[in-house]
Amino acid sequence: MLNFFWPILIIISYIYAIFCGNVTNINNSIFGYTEVAVELFLTLLGTMTLWSGIIEIALNTKLIGRITKLLNPIISFLFPENKNDKKVRKEISMNITANLLGIGNAATPLGLKAMKSMQEKNNDKERLTNDMATFIILNTASIQIIPTTVIAIRMNLGSQEPTKIIFAVWFSTICAAIVGIAVTKLCIKL
Amino acid sequence: MNFINYISIVAIPIVILIILLYGFFEKKNVFDLFLKGAKSGFNTTIKIFPTLVGIFLAIGALSSSGILDFIINILAPIFAIFKIPTEILPLAILRPISGSGSMAIATDIMSKYGADSFIGLIAATIMGSTETTLYTIAIYTSSVNIKKTRFVLIASLMADITGTVASVVIWRILSKSFS
Repeated sequence: MLNFFWPILIIISYIYAIFCGNVTNINNSIFGYTEVAVELFLTLLGTMTLWSGIIEIALNTKLIGRITKLLNPIISFLFPENKNDKKVRKEISMNITANLLGIGNAATPLGLKAMKSMQEKNNDKERLTNDMATFIILNTASIQIIPTTVIAIRMNLGSQEPTKIIFAVWFSTICAAIVGIAVTKLCIKL
Repeated sequence: MNFINYISIVAIPIVILIILLYGFFEKKNVFDLFLKGAKSGFNTTIKIFPTLVGIFLAIGALSSSGILDFIINILAPIFAIFKIPTEILPLAILRPISGSGSMAIATDIMSKYGADSFIGLIAATIMGSTETTLYTIAIYTSSVNIKKTRFVLIASLMADITGTVASVVIWRILSKSFS
């Protein structure tokens, strides 16, 4: 995917900028955004290391078994290929839990861990399995109970009722997730 | 309100606390386990870094060339079909591409039109209900060296569009029933 989109995005943008006289902006962006990448990397490095450690503890206790049991019906429906793989199911349910709690920082390391375990059983190492594809879609939908970041911003901007958006967020995130999963299941069948 | 605010503050400490209590009382080697996981998390992040630099080169190209405004003009009629207000367009288009970029735009929209205005509420709902899709896909696939992503991009972009339209629709309904 990126072998196609990555060059296309850059080529089109640069050509457009040259024709519109925005080359100075482009020039500044090249190294400016490298710095942004480094900043994000450093933040990610800290949180990934921390949460991967905490999660490793959780995966070795009975806590995770309880959560997995709770999420079992959903996981079996969404990830039929891994129905009998306890390790993958545990990691997926931790990822879902972190997403629901709005701990995006923890959801990513967990998600990547689950991807790694699913990749181990993948026959074609270059191609996503059905379950891996479904899992990525689920993570791009980011279903959460409390959208903390946006609420914090609304509070900063002097909103009368910062949490007023919660119901609307539930509604649209569930709509998005349903469509995402439906399209995925359809594409798998085709 | 204060209650939810409180929950969002205690959520993370509580999660860590519960996990540590479980580990401690089940007599696990908690710190050894922590180190084992932390090392693998560290290595995964190192592995992702080149992807990050590449992705950000493309994001930088998109946002500084001015081509986004051009795309917005082209897509305006399509958004009109879904009755998405034009003020929301830059946010809707940037949302799947850049997390920090779309957060900046959303904050700008909310402060310009008011956090509790119709437009401001839609912007906040879009931010809360969607993810930085392209970045998520890139990170998840590159961490395991996947090249063929099949239908993932299409399915997740359709989910994004649904989330955006749903955010507009729900506030049209809610604001009608309020007034």
